[in-house]
Amino acid sequence: MKEFEYVITDELGLHARPAGLLVKAAKGLDSTVTVGKAGGKSASATRLIAVMSLGIKKGDTVTVTVEGGDEQGSFAAMEAFFKENL
Amino acid sequence: MQSATGKSILGGIAIGPLCIYQREESVFSAISSLTPEEELARFEGARLKAMEQLGGLYEKALDEAGEESAAIFEIHRMMLEDGDYLDAVKGVIEGQNATAERAVTIAGENFAAVFEAIEDPYMQARSADIRDISRQVVNILLDSGDGEMLKGQPAILAADDLTPSETVQLDKSRLLGIITRYGSSSSHTAILARAMNIPALIGVDFDSSWDGKTAVLDGYSGCVYIDPAPGLLSEMEQRHQGDLKRESLLQDLKGKPNITLDGREIKVCANIGSAGDVNLALQNDAQGIGLFRSEFLYLDTEDSPTEEQQFAHYKQVVEAMDGKRVVIRTLDIGADKQAPCFHLEKEENPALGYRAIRISLTQKKIFKQQLRAILRASAFGTVSVMFPMIISVQEVREAREVLEECREELEDQGIAVGKVEVGIMVETPAAVMIADELAEEVDFFSLGTNDLTQYTLAIDRQNPRLDRFCDPHHPAVLRMIRQAVEAGHRHNCWVGLCGELGADQALTETFLRMGLDELSVSPGAVLPLRKLIRGLDLREENNP
Repeated sequence: MKEFEYVITDELGLHARPAGLLVKAAKGLDSTVTVGKAGGKSASATRLIAVMSLGIKKGDTVTVTVEGGDEQGSFAAMEAFFKENL
Repeated sequence: MQSATGKSILGGIAIGPLCIYQREESVFSAISSLTPEEELARFEGARLKAMEQLGGLYEKALDEAGEESAAIFEIHRMMLEDGDYLDAVKGVIEGQNATAERAVTIAGENFAAVFEAIEDPYMQARSADIRDISRQVVNILLDSGDGEMLKGQPAILAADDLTPSETVQLDKSRLLGIITRYGSSSSHTAILARAMNIPALIGVDFDSSWDGKTAVLDGYSGCVYIDPAPGLLSEMEQRHQGDLKRESLLQDLKGKPNITLDGREIKVCANIGSAGDVNLALQNDAQGIGLFRSEFLYLDTEDSPTEEQQFAHYKQVVEAMDGKRVVIRTLDIGADKQAPCFHLEKEENPALGYRAIRISLTQKKIFKQQLRAILRASAFGTVSVMFPMIISVQEVREAREVLEECREELEDQGIAVGKVEVGIMVETPAAVMIADELAEEVDFFSLGTNDLTQYTLAIDRQNPRLDRFCDPHHPAVLRMIRQAVEAGHRHNCWVGLCGELGADQALTETFLRMGLDELSVSPGAVLPLRKLIRGLDLREENNP
């Protein structure tokens, strides 16, 4: 299992559009990806409603974990995704 | 005449009959007479059909409002594929022997409640999305549509609220405006109304007796009038005609180059005074922001704005302009403007006093905050920085040094910074006289004709008693402008003009002949100016 933390800089937080993109990106990976609020709830990154209802806002720290499959590749893909979209 | 107020989503005026839309309540039984497997199959069929419909709505929204607005229907499709949503529907069908209609409604309400509980207005508004997709599935199951929302003639639609799918399905050729009782400015109805350029108000407490009556929706003031008085009606009609004229100019000119008949090109950009104004610039198809006044951040506030606050404003504008140049002018405040955070002392002669770059170079901490925010915003588009009230080469060098210092600090911190052009306002006679020397230090000039006129003619432009002495076309001012343009061009600077004279159509031809590269004017003046430019011909034989 690998994990990283990321601070959201998008004005609207993890809103519908990037959440949709995240779900698509996560579905394309062979690892299980989980997104969580630091010290709070977490959700499978392939479940749109659950990801959105984390209510992640600008300035929040999220923890992203990848498990199984090509962890190295999935980790890099997710890290790049957050940097680019959020 | 009756009236009500609400929050305006989009400026603009609509005049026509009010048509109140009431969504029909779906009627279905809760307990199924079928087996759970059969209900699940019904649900699956309806779900697939809803997905297909959403594909159609996506295309329609893409067509009418663009990709940004259409994206919501992609999200809706994904919600209908969401594992949690599907599990919830399945759970109710199997656990309660419920009909698919009831299961979908319960699942939708449960997830809507989850969103409503999040302390964030944006996420709360997403509850409408879940309800929207659930209602669409129920409608398919019951084989009932939404019915015609607008009856017959063009009308202003009034509704308690509108879902994204309802908004997109509306017949735009008959939709004059939208009024809703609920909804938020981050609802997709608001987003779509904005993108489709339909005047809209939310939070309006309308009365059911208004159905069919003549209404005026004033998107500028956020008011709606029912059975308007004749005076008001004709005033509104006039303003509406003005809007239509602008709109048709826009249709005519959008995307076309600003080029005279003989091929001379000039950019026409917009001046804005706050991040919110960027929409006006876009609506008028400005080719960039020639002057972004940053003063609004400092006025009426006790504490100077933080780097983060400034960065957020600049970034918003830069991103909205999508690669087109945004010229941000650093602080241009003096004792004549209220800026409590600087504690400026009253001066005998504020126009000649402690102001603009003089404050910035004295209070470096505040200057650096602003420059860092501007540099950070430059990573998101094309940004130029411009220093006001320059009278010497030394000032430009000092300001550039501070800018470089900020850039190095940001780079050390690993923060992205773009390429930033540096320019100055040419608005003092001193700057014009040494324009050759100044041009060697910078990438561009922008002529601030308001101050340049006042300093050249020694006339206070606020004093109405001086009107008869003040000639805005004074040859001294025009020669100043010409000198600055020529000096700039000798040193490969582009030269723009961002004062009020830029919108003076009597001078447009003169400015073109002088060789100005850009005119930056208030957003409303952009289109008329572009129309004029495209009709000019600078060849001698056409100007006997």
